[in-house]
Amino acid sequence: MKRRSEHPIELSLFLSAILSLLILGSIFIFLIKEGAPFFAQTPLSEFIFGRGWYPASFNNPRYGALPLITGSLIVVSTATLIAVPLGVACAIYLAEVADKRVNELLKPLIEIIAGIPSVVFGFIALVLLSNILHNIFHTTYRLNALNGALILSLMILPTIISISEDAITSVLREYKDASLALGATKWETIRFVILPAAKSGIAVAIMLGIGRAVGETMAVLMATGNSAVVTLDLLSSVETLTAVIAIEMGEVVFGSQHYHALFAVGLLLFLITFAINIVSDLVIPGKKV
Amino acid sequence: MNRKVITEKIVFGLFRLCMISLVAIVLSLLGHITMNGLPVLSLDFILKPPEGGMMGGGISSAIAGTIMLMLLTVVFAIPLGVGAAIFLSEYTENVDPRLIRVIRMAINNLAGVPSIVYGLLGLGLFVLFLRLRFSILSAALTLSFLTLPVIIATSEEALRSVPRSYREASLALGATKWETIRNVVLPTAFPGILTACILGLSRAAGETAPLLMTGAAYYLPRFSGNIFRQFMALSTHIFFMATQSPNPELTRPIQYGTITVLLLLVLTMNMAAILLRSHYRRKLS
Repeated sequence: MKRRSEHPIELSLFLSAILSLLILGSIFIFLIKEGAPFFAQTPLSEFIFGRGWYPASFNNPRYGALPLITGSLIVVSTATLIAVPLGVACAIYLAEVADKRVNELLKPLIEIIAGIPSVVFGFIALVLLSNILHNIFHTTYRLNALNGALILSLMILPTIISISEDAITSVLREYKDASLALGATKWETIRFVILPAAKSGIAVAIMLGIGRAVGETMAVLMATGNSAVVTLDLLSSVETLTAVIAIEMGEVVFGSQHYHALFAVGLLLFLITFAINIVSDLVIPGKKV
Repeated sequence: MNRKVITEKIVFGLFRLCMISLVAIVLSLLGHITMNGLPVLSLDFILKPPEGGMMGGGISSAIAGTIMLMLLTVVFAIPLGVGAAIFLSEYTENVDPRLIRVIRMAINNLAGVPSIVYGLLGLGLFVLFLRLRFSILSAALTLSFLTLPVIIATSEEALRSVPRSYREASLALGATKWETIRNVVLPTAFPGILTACILGLSRAAGETAPLLMTGAAYYLPRFSGNIFRQFMALSTHIFFMATQSPNPELTRPIQYGTITVLLLLVLTMNMAAILLRSHYRRKLS
C-alpha cells in the first residue's frame, strides 16, 4: 500500500523523532566539551569539596562548588519537605474528597499555577515574601534560603499534585469497592488501600518535583540573595548551582577558566536531573510532561 | 464506629484546608500583581519604548521582542514536534521497539532538563559554535528545543485520540498511509495540535534564564526586527528592572505593569489551551 514517493516523508518524520535523542546527546557533549577544560587546572576534589567560590579574584581565583551544592541542597530539601505533604494532601482531596464540580474548577487552576513564569514567582519572593518573612523572623538577610524554599515549594506543587492525583485516580475501582464493602471508612480505604497502591506513582511525582526544584533558576536567583557560603542556616543568604550560572555567565570572558567552571557547574546540574529523570522513567515509563 | 467517622471528618477537613490555602495564596498573589499592575497599563506603556535611562516610558520593545521570539520558536518547534509525534503514533510498527523506548526516554528526559542547561547548550551550540551570536535567532532555536517535549506529548495525545476506524476507512478507500495521515488524521487532530502550538507559545513567552545567555539585552532603544540582533523580552525586562536597574524601588510600577502584561499573555494562552483540550477530549471520547 505504500508508494515509493512516501519514503522521504517517512524519513523526515523519523529524523524529527530522533532529534530529541540528538538534543539530549548534544547537551551532554557541549557540557563536556566546555566543562572538561576546567578540570585540567582544577582537580575534581577541589571542585566538589572546595569551600570557596571566588571566581572573580584576580590573584587567587577559587572554584570550590561546595557552597553552591549546599545552597541548592538546603533550598531544595526545605521546599520538598513543605511541598510533598501539602501536595499529596491536595491530590487526595482532588481525587477522593472533592465533588466533581469543585474538581473541574480546581484542576485548571492547578494548571494555571504551573504556567506562571518563574520570573514572576521570583519577583513575588523579592518584593513581597521577603518582607513578610522579615517582619516575622526579623531576618538579618532579607533574601535568604527560606524565602527561596517557600517560593520554590509553591512552584513545584502543581507537578506533585497533578501526577499524584493521576496515580490515585488510576488505582483500580475494584480495590476501593472491596475495601468499602468490607466496612472500611473512606479514609481507611484511602490510607490502607489506595495510597499503598498508588505509592510508586506518588514517588514519581515527588521525584519530578525535586527535579524541577533542583533546576529552577530565576525564582531562586531572585529570592535567595546569592552569597556563596557553606551554611545550613535557613535564614542565611545562599547561592544555588543554577543561580551562579545565570548570574556569572553574563560577565565571563569566553574560554576563560571561569567560563569553563560555569559549564562544569552545568554538567553537575545536568547529571543530577538526568539521574532523577532516568529513575522516575524506570518506575513509570512515559509518565510525564 | 463514631470515632472513625470523626477521624475521617478531621482528616478530610485538613485536606480541604490545604487545598483552600493553596488557592487563597495563588489568588491573592495574582490579585496583588494585577492591583499594582493594571493602573500602570496605558496605550503609551504598551506602545512606547523605555525612556529616561530605563526610569520611564513604556515596554514596546520588550513586547515586540517577546512576540517575535514566540513566533520564531513555534515556527521551528511545531514542524519538528508534530513530525516526531506522527512518527511515534503512526509509524512505530516496523521499528525496533527498543529504539522507540530510547526515543521516549530521551523525550521524557528533555522535559526534565533545567532551562538554564538549555541556555548553556544555546550558548555553546548556537551563539558560539554556529556563530549565530547573541541574537533572537539563537534564543528562539534554544527555546524551540526547550518546548519540544511539551509539543510532542500534546500532539501525540491528539493523534492517538483519532479513532482507528477513521484510518481504516481511509485506507480501505485506497489512500496510502501518508495520504490517510494528511487528509484524515491530521485534520481530525487539528485542535490538539493547535493546543500544542499554544502551549509552545506560552512557554516561550515565560522563559527567562535561557534568554540571559543567548541574546537578551538590558536596553535597546527600539526593536530592530532583525533576527540576527539582540533583543529585549518581557520576562528578562522584569528581571533586569527588579534586580539591576539603578533604582529598583523607583521603577516598581514599571515592573508590576510588565508582569501584568506578561501574565495576561501567558495565562490567556494557557486558559485557551485548557479549554480547547477539554473541548476536543469530550468530543472524541
